[in-house]
Amino acid sequence: MTPLSQLIEAALYSAARPLTIEELATLEPEVTLADVRTALEQLKEALDFGQHGVELVELAGGWQILTRPALAAAIERAQFAVRTPRLTPAALETLAIIAYRQPVGRAEIEEIRGVSAGGVLRALQERGLIEVVGRSEALGRPLLYGTAPMFLELLGLKDVADLPRADELTIALHPHRPEPEGKDDAAAYVEAES
Amino acid sequence: MTAAEAPTTALGGEPGFVVQLDQFSGPLDLLLHLLREQQIEIADIPIAKIADQFLSAIHELGLNQAADYLDMASRLVRLKAQMLLPRRTDDDGWEDPRAELVRRLLEYQQIKEVALWLQRQADRRALQYARGYLPPPPELPPPPLELDIAELLAAVERVILAIPTPVLHRVVARPLDVEGATRRIEAMLTDMHELTFRDALGPRPTIVDVLSTLLALLELAKRGMLRIVQDAPFSGLVIRRDSPLATD
Repeated sequence: MTPLSQLIEAALYSAARPLTIEELATLEPEVTLADVRTALEQLKEALDFGQHGVELVELAGGWQILTRPALAAAIERAQFAVRTPRLTPAALETLAIIAYRQPVGRAEIEEIRGVSAGGVLRALQERGLIEVVGRSEALGRPLLYGTAPMFLELLGLKDVADLPRADELTIALHPHRPEPEGKDDAAAYVEAES
Repeated sequence: MTAAEAPTTALGGEPGFVVQLDQFSGPLDLLLHLLREQQIEIADIPIAKIADQFLSAIHELGLNQAADYLDMASRLVRLKAQMLLPRRTDDDGWEDPRAELVRRLLEYQQIKEVALWLQRQADRRALQYARGYLPPPPELPPPPLELDIAELLAAVERVILAIPTPVLHRVVARPLDVEGATRRIEAMLTDMHELTFRDALGPRPTIVDVLSTLLALLELAKRGMLRIVQDAPFSGLVIRRDSPLATD
């Protein structure tokens, strides 16, 4: 453990949210992003090899110190912490649609799920999982929704690219995210626009 | 919803057929469930049978969900009718009326697959606690409204207070100057034997002047000081001195 890894450990311990490499680089003057990456690597190894009860996890575009999954049951039994309540099937389906089709309006969500979405959208917004990202040019200029950073935190994802790609699903439908190859990007967007 | 979680139903419309609609997140979910139960291919749905099953499933329905399910029910009934229409076997231009429903079901099934993936991912993440852990905010939606009469009245009070103050027009009683008009008419009659109502009003009369003058004239006429004459209907009033005035 270098002094920088030590400092980063303290910073991550004190913060209530994941911190990005850029944020961690502001801890000390003249620290480069590469320095932070090296220090994070050292910290991760120290926690793992030292068999600590916590580990360093990359999620939601940043880094966070989390308890190890194997220890969760005992912590919950002792009621030192409460497990995050599960989302309802309706909320999960709505999140799924928003995650893949963002920015997406309420009408499209309702069309896909076949039910009205107002209540679910409000609940997801209040939990900070989705946010309004703009307005459509369509009639009435309806609000468009996208996922918020909290969505990645809740799922422990590094970023939206961690979601299964459309072609990895059993039923493949028109892609709304640009594919990594780039060749199909234009086609995908045209389809999204239509 | 996985097959294990799906409610078991005895299908076919026989008595005792129970589907808990609460367990479905919408009409497409219910439809998928009906198809899965009977191992029906989405691409080849026996519409007549499924429409009947769907209708009996939503027969006892909470009102707040009714609209979403009834919309699907009406689509199914229409499809059922369309499928019954005779068509020529050599008709290449025939489009399967079920195509749109099939597309929606496939799309929805994919969303459900992603939703399941999200659920598993969230479950895994929920096993790890962060420093600075804060309990998540309580689940919405808001509880049903419970009020006692005092709270209701207080709420009404607040609503009334929130109403902007209406613009009030203050109505000012402008005093009629009957005495002044009387003096003016008396003065005029000392110079002239007769005058018109218009003369009596003076230059640029206001509505108050008109009323004051009229009242003064009536009062003077009553006292026998003057006589008001109208030669013809709607002609001008002529005021004549009736009795000699003090100064005359």
